[in-house]
Amino acid sequence: MSFRDRLKETRAKASDGFRGGKLMSSIFRPGSPFRKGYVDSPRNRSYVVMNNVLYHLHPVKVKRHGVRLSYTLCLGGLSFFLFIVLTITGIWLMFYFRPTELAYVDIQNLQTTIAFGSLVRNMHRWGAHLMVLVVFLHMSRVFYHGAYKAPREFNWVIGVILLLLTLLLSFTGYLLPWDQLAIWAVTVGGNMAGYVPVVGAQVKFGLFAGLEATTATLLRFYVLHVLFFPFIIVIFMAVHFWRVRKDGGISGPL
Amino acid sequence: MVDIPEHLLQRSAEARAKALGISVEQAMAEMKGQSDPTIISKEPEVKVIDETLAPAAETPAPAAETVTPVKEEHAAETTEKVAAVKIEEKAPAAKTPPPAKADAPDEVDFAPDVKVTQRLLTVVKAKPIQKPVKEPIDKVNTWPHLMLPEFVALMAMTAFLIFLSAILQAPLLEEANPNVTPNPAKAPWYFLGLQEMLSYWDPQIAGVMIPTVVGLILWMAFPYIDRNPETHPSKRKFAIMFYTFFLAGAGTLTIIGVLFRGPGWNWVYPWIDGIWFDDLLDWIHFE
Repeated sequence: MSFRDRLKETRAKASDGFRGGKLMSSIFRPGSPFRKGYVDSPRNRSYVVMNNVLYHLHPVKVKRHGVRLSYTLCLGGLSFFLFIVLTITGIWLMFYFRPTELAYVDIQNLQTTIAFGSLVRNMHRWGAHLMVLVVFLHMSRVFYHGAYKAPREFNWVIGVILLLLTLLLSFTGYLLPWDQLAIWAVTVGGNMAGYVPVVGAQVKFGLFAGLEATTATLLRFYVLHVLFFPFIIVIFMAVHFWRVRKDGGISGPL
Repeated sequence: MVDIPEHLLQRSAEARAKALGISVEQAMAEMKGQSDPTIISKEPEVKVIDETLAPAAETPAPAAETVTPVKEEHAAETTEKVAAVKIEEKAPAAKTPPPAKADAPDEVDFAPDVKVTQRLLTVVKAKPIQKPVKEPIDKVNTWPHLMLPEFVALMAMTAFLIFLSAILQAPLLEEANPNVTPNPAKAPWYFLGLQEMLSYWDPQIAGVMIPTVVGLILWMAFPYIDRNPETHPSKRKFAIMFYTFFLAGAGTLTIIGVLFRGPGWNWVYPWIDGIWFDDLLDWIHFE
């Protein structure tokens, strides 16, 4: 036996000993590829999905036509993924941002002095635009497939609410850099809300925390952006994903 | 009276023919009452069955004797009713009455008069009680057939986003100043279609009625308005047309708002007058 073979064997033994040990067995549930003795079998393929808290969003089996990339273009999944990316980059940005008169300076510092600050800020901004676009495309895909029809009517309603929440998240985030672009875009948007009949002035006052966009508005939008709307949207997303499965998985085939 | 399916009749006729050593046609005719029943007991016949089914039992003679009267009884009854067909299959022989019975009279016989017979009382048609409503669906395992492409899509999206963020700088203008109004002041791009409509109509209509009534209420209620159950595009042409018109309209308005509106919300051509949308600032520098 050559040295190389012996090395290989020793490595395999050590790996088996570790993967079959108590620690790994306690972390990974049966059927996990990280456990010792994983083989590609229908049983283990089911276990991979069933025994993982992240994967069991999916059912064990899905319709064959739904797996084709051309059917969904992964748009729903990508919307969710972009939300996760935005959450991660957003939390990172929160370390360097104060929603006060200092907001603009903080953004400047972020771009010039903080490592990867510019990249993360760009990812957060372009990712947000991309998410609006992807959510809208997802809705269009669903419409063209007639996937909102029975029994999925209510999930369409939740989907429209999710689109609205995405727009609100993006809009509240638009103000945070506290530059001329931000304040005037939000002023235009907030003035639109002022045209609501009867309660228009009140809505506008509530949105701006005053008669026009000030640092009070900044704080208000900040709290809505980092806490309130994410909280609401996660609840609606949970119902949305749950209903997808309860309504029989993906729609179609056409 | 239950209508006995032909294949069951055939099967019992075959069994009868085999047991009595007559032709199948004859057995069938007897069962239908078209000819006199055969009253024969063939000992060797029973023996053979006995041996095949219970090879250990070496005493077939008493078994044959016990079987014989049963058959006679059967045959007599068969003539009475057509439908009450009796089948003596291998059962009487297979049960093999213990030959020790005659030798050991002290042994308690729990049911001395019961003759083992089998009768066809009724025929339950081969139909499940529960009807499966669902057609079986062609499915594949989520792992790896769905999760692998999904993972690739996520990686591709991440790569695209990082690439985009590396080459395009997010805009940051001068610090917010409520006293200096830029001209034009534009909303985020997804609201620019609305802002464009505001320049045509009264804000009550364009800014409130259309977004809330059309954009939200109608949109949410759409599945309840569209009662057509068909999903194939060729069978829902109106819905497809409706959405495509909406898409084209919203797209056109947004593009006009982003690119073709300059100072004072006047019409500009982006290739002549430049782009008046600050969110695209770096995209232009990138050229």
